Amino acid sequence: MSSGVVSTVSPAWRDPAWNGRLTWFLLGLLLLWPLLTLTEFRPWVLFAEGSREPTLRFLSAFIPPEMGLDFLWLVARETWRTVAIATAGIALALVIALPATLLSTRVLSLSALSGRMSPLGFALRQVLRFVLIALRSIPELIWALIFVRVVGLGPTAGVLAIALTYGGMLGKVYGEILESGEAQATTTLLQNGSGRLQAFFYGLLPQNAAELTSYTVYRWECAIRSSVVLGFVGAGGLGQLMDNSMKMFAGGEVATMLLVFIALVALADRTSAWLRKVLG
Amino acid sequence: MNLELLDIEARHPAARQGAPAALRKFSLSIAAGEQVAVIGPSGAGKTSLLQVAAAALKPGFGQVSLGGDNPWALSGSALQRLRGRLFLAPQTPPLPPRQRVITSVLAGRLPAISLWESLRSLFYPTDIEGAYRALAHFDLGEKLFDRVDRLSGGERQRVGLARALLSPASLWLIDEPLSALDPTRSQQAITQILGLAGERGVTVLATLHQVDMALAHFPRIVGLREGQLAFDLPRGSVTQAHLQKLYAHHEDELNGAAPGGIEEPAPPPLVVMSCR
Repeated sequence: MSSGVVSTVSPAWRDPAWNGRLTWFLLGLLLLWPLLTLTEFRPWVLFAEGSREPTLRFLSAFIPPEMGLDFLWLVARETWRTVAIATAGIALALVIALPATLLSTRVLSLSALSGRMSPLGFALRQVLRFVLIALRSIPELIWALIFVRVVGLGPTAGVLAIALTYGGMLGKVYGEILESGEAQATTTLLQNGSGRLQAFFYGLLPQNAAELTSYTVYRWECAIRSSVVLGFVGAGGLGQLMDNSMKMFAGGEVATMLLVFIALVALADRTSAWLRKVLG
Repeated sequence: MNLELLDIEARHPAARQGAPAALRKFSLSIAAGEQVAVIGPSGAGKTSLLQVAAAALKPGFGQVSLGGDNPWALSGSALQRLRGRLFLAPQTPPLPPRQRVITSVLAGRLPAISLWESLRSLFYPTDIEGAYRALAHFDLGEKLFDRVDRLSGGERQRVGLARALLSPASLWLIDEPLSALDPTRSQQAITQILGLAGERGVTVLATLHQVDMALAHFPRIVGLREGQLAFDLPRGSVTQAHLQKLYAHHEDELNGAAPGGIEEPAPPPLVVMSCR
């Protein structure tokens, strides 16, 4: 009974997805290649004759890290200042975000309880959302550059920059968290005659407290990282110190600060994970 | 508080276009202190009826009168004050999972107290004794300081009922209070609710799936079918024929098949942790 077996591959056995895959792959390559040219993506420059030597010299200066007691003390103080900038920035951001969230959350609207939201409430909500979007779409680096001009070099500029960007960010995400959560507890309280703030504290907040805190702590962690970057434009903290050392090609100092920075971020990560677990 | 509904036509805001209204040409008048059970097959409009009566759902046509006031002619704040005088208990207990039982129960009192006092009560509960006594009516006294998500479905439902005892309301609108309770607990819960309501002169309008419970405990029975009033009779006059007609094509519900219990609270949604 060997007559039924055909030795050549029948057309029905070819993978029908093959043509599609090939097309998409070629199309992707065609689209991405100009992007690589446009962004001057030439990684081999790193290893070119002329740049290899200065790179190696700079990197070799990293070892050993600077461990002088005076310098370590300075780093400790600036690290603490970085944490303080991030924390103060987040605290101010909350001052912006909390009222905006309370005013713009649909769940707390009394008129939306039975039908459509009243036109005034709707307009207020849209304006607030727009303000929040505007605040957060300007990166904190830009805010920092502006505030360094206004209030001068130093941590104040960093705090204000973080407060504005993160205020917009927190306000928007808080609103999303509150509206995506289960609303029944809050709605029932409102339907039973509670005030809006009472319904917030007895229904909406306990319903979403863990998500809100978790996100805030995560943002605080982001703010620590971001305040280091802000230091480079003169907004104080570890970043400013790092900027100075870089300009003076003090590789050892940069290495120490990078190590401290890695430890700091790891610590913030652990802290936020622990906090989220406790609050969950 | 008395309740008057006249020629009500109501549809749920989320209902699809062209669907028949949840309530049609519906009229009902309940005097202060009366205890009325609403029975009828699933989808008859029982929950919508409670929502309309609670001034939570605005009817398309018809008149609502709560204690002599038309809620939809009132200003926003006056409407909210009126809502404070009634208590709507949804079938799924509206309790945040991470809240403690005592806070959930004391939340019933919110319309009666100021914002300041309600905040203070979050730091240290202002009326531990009152909350304990309300819970004790449902054998839940020892759960006072437990978290809501540690309770069983039936316990959560009874906590939701205990909240009514602390509310300043004089009209209780209770949706399926017994759906997650076993027969013994049901018996106890309904006896407590109606007994306490009687003591305080509170009007009760409750929807029930358990026809036998309704007939055994409520003096007046309202039958609702396809959004319309089927009958409105004292319990002595409700005959088997009435029930057969009310539950035609839904006989399994008449014969005591339990409706779906309370679903577990959904897991919290994932927070999107984007950097922007």
